[in-house]
Amino acid sequence: MTNAVEIGASGAKVEEKLFQNRYLVDAGRPHIQIRPHEIPSKILLSLTYTCPAGCYSRNDRGQVEIAADGCLECGTCRIVTAETGEIQWEYPRGGYGVLYKFG
Amino acid sequence: MIEERFDAIVVGAGPSGNAAAYTMAKEGLKVLQLERGEYPGSKNVQGAILYANALEKLIPDFREDAPLERHIIEQRIWTMDDKSYVGMHYRSEDFNEERPNRYTIIRAQFDKWFSRKVREAGATLLCETTVKELLRDAKGKVIGVRTDRDNGVAFADVVILGEGVNGLVGQRSGLRSELKPDSVALAVKEMHFLPREVIESRFNLKDNEGVVIEAMGTITAGMTGTAFLYTNQESISVGIGCIVSDFAENGATPYGLLEAFKNHPSIKPLLANSECKEYAAHLIPEGGYNSIPELYGDGWIVVGDAGQFVNAVHREGSNLAMTTGRIAGETVVWLKRRREELSKANLAEYKRRLDETFVMKDLKKYRRIPAFLHNNKHVFGLYPKLVAAAAQTWFRVDGADKLSKEKEILKSFRKGRTLSGLIGDAFKLARSWR
Ligand SMILES: Cc1cc2nc3c(=O)[nH]c(=O)nc-3n(C[C@H](O)[C@H](O)[C@H](O)COP(=O)(O)OP(=O)(O)OC[C@H]3O[C@@H](n4cnc5c(N)ncnc54)[C@H](O)[C@@H]3O)c2cc1C
Ligand code: SF4
Repeated sequence: MTNAVEIGASGAKVEEKLFQNRYLVDAGRPHIQIRPHEIPSKILLSLTYTCPAGCYSRNDRGQVEIAADGCLECGTCRIVTAETGEIQWEYPRGGYGVLYKFG
Repeated sequence: MIEERFDAIVVGAGPSGNAAAYTMAKEGLKVLQLERGEYPGSKNVQGAILYANALEKLIPDFREDAPLERHIIEQRIWTMDDKSYVGMHYRSEDFNEERPNRYTIIRAQFDKWFSRKVREAGATLLCETTVKELLRDAKGKVIGVRTDRDNGVAFADVVILGEGVNGLVGQRSGLRSELKPDSVALAVKEMHFLPREVIESRFNLKDNEGVVIEAMGTITAGMTGTAFLYTNQESISVGIGCIVSDFAENGATPYGLLEAFKNHPSIKPLLANSECKEYAAHLIPEGGYNSIPELYGDGWIVVGDAGQFVNAVHREGSNLAMTTGRIAGETVVWLKRRREELSKANLAEYKRRLDETFVMKDLKKYRRIPAFLHNNKHVFGLYPKLVAAAAQTWFRVDGADKLSKEKEILKSFRKGRTLSGLIGDAFKLARSWR
């Protein structure tokens, strides 16, 4: 039986996937920010695996950080945290961000 | 930005926004369309199957120059467990018709083509422009938009919001409530390139014939979701999607799930030696009829995914987007001709017209399905396993007599789920379907 956690941990490297994509990064203007926190909530932690671009990770102090350069602008992290307000989410400025050739 | 006043502003250049802008521009209205991407399609993701009927109603001769990949002659529906699939395949020569009914497309290319038609019809398109908020007059009527450009305001009699599922403008302006993680799916998708001849021999195709596979089962690791594999001319689109709240609870990563699907023994040979050129992710609104928000108000209309117009059971979205966009456009043209105000009371005509179409009728028919699937997750895990085991018992010739085999199959179903559970599921599903 395939178990969910096994699948998640199957070693798929999301970085390699993102490498194929085109982006126009708005340097110095991240479009997503995490509210400063000491201990991340369960919801915030869930973003380390639900984000399809693997943008969220934990730093060595256990807090959740974001590197939004590979963001696919899906909005998942935004709706998951909509009630708690732990994330500030904007679309990148017009023209910036991911550029799908195929979509 | 642009000083002049417009008859209509359309937010977004996806199928819904394009349909609305095209309909109005063709009838001579002054239309401004705003799109945040560098070019139309640069932010958009779809499987993608194009349903000809909805586009024909806008551009009857679209087949002449639209970037179509393959017309679909075969549909495969698979129920999968970890090692096998049980499939229902339908292939017919009838689908090799003069005006095929369904095509595979590549969204970024298709959106560019559609957008060119919109501009040829006379609309003004501004790309690289993100709409930030709606502008209102003292009475609260929407009179225009503010964008992220310098001096970026524009005014119009009506604003049509075709901003897609993650529609921040409408949400932040309080036109509709926030999306709920349990009624929206997250899908990831890859584009795998292969020579044309390889695709045609692997899928038993000639010329521009195409095959699509829709799959469900243990591939979604117990979550509510489906996977797909579509043939394009020189590429294969492969993807998988599950409800967002399921992802959050389950702990699986979307890309891990996609890898596992691609490595399934029934899928892997179909993709062998292909080159992956893109990885994409997008949300799909799956709340259905009960999650449709307010669709119009003083000076505004919502179309497409922003209005939750997706039939998840049949994987239809772009056709609902085009249809709602077209009807919104036609309603505005009709009111303008009669010199009527674009007020809430008058725009109710949009909803009245929609109610008469397949869009509202289908969503209404399936209104109970989202809740059924949400509350009956064994449909995605247990049943596919039982069905696969039953098929194996039935087809394996091993000296056991057929009556014993039948009994064994029945027993496995009863063991997996009580008889009343089985009957209950069938009943509930039938009722949701009605
Ligand atoms: C993986 C996947 C597979 C699918 N498969 C199918 C399929 O096979 N067949 C089918 O019919 N449907 C399918 N769908 C659904 C279909 O893609 C959608 O229903 C359809 O794209 C909706 O069209 P839309 O115009 O409403 O929204 P979108 O296509 O999302 O377009 C919205 C547009 O608005 C722009 N925008 C958003 N906000 C702003 C802003 N603030 N300012 C300016 N511009 C903005 C966006 O950049 C975008 O161009 C699929 C969806 C996904 C994710
Ligand atoms: S929008 Fe999507 S891709 Fe971007 S950070 Fe959020 S979850 Fe990840």
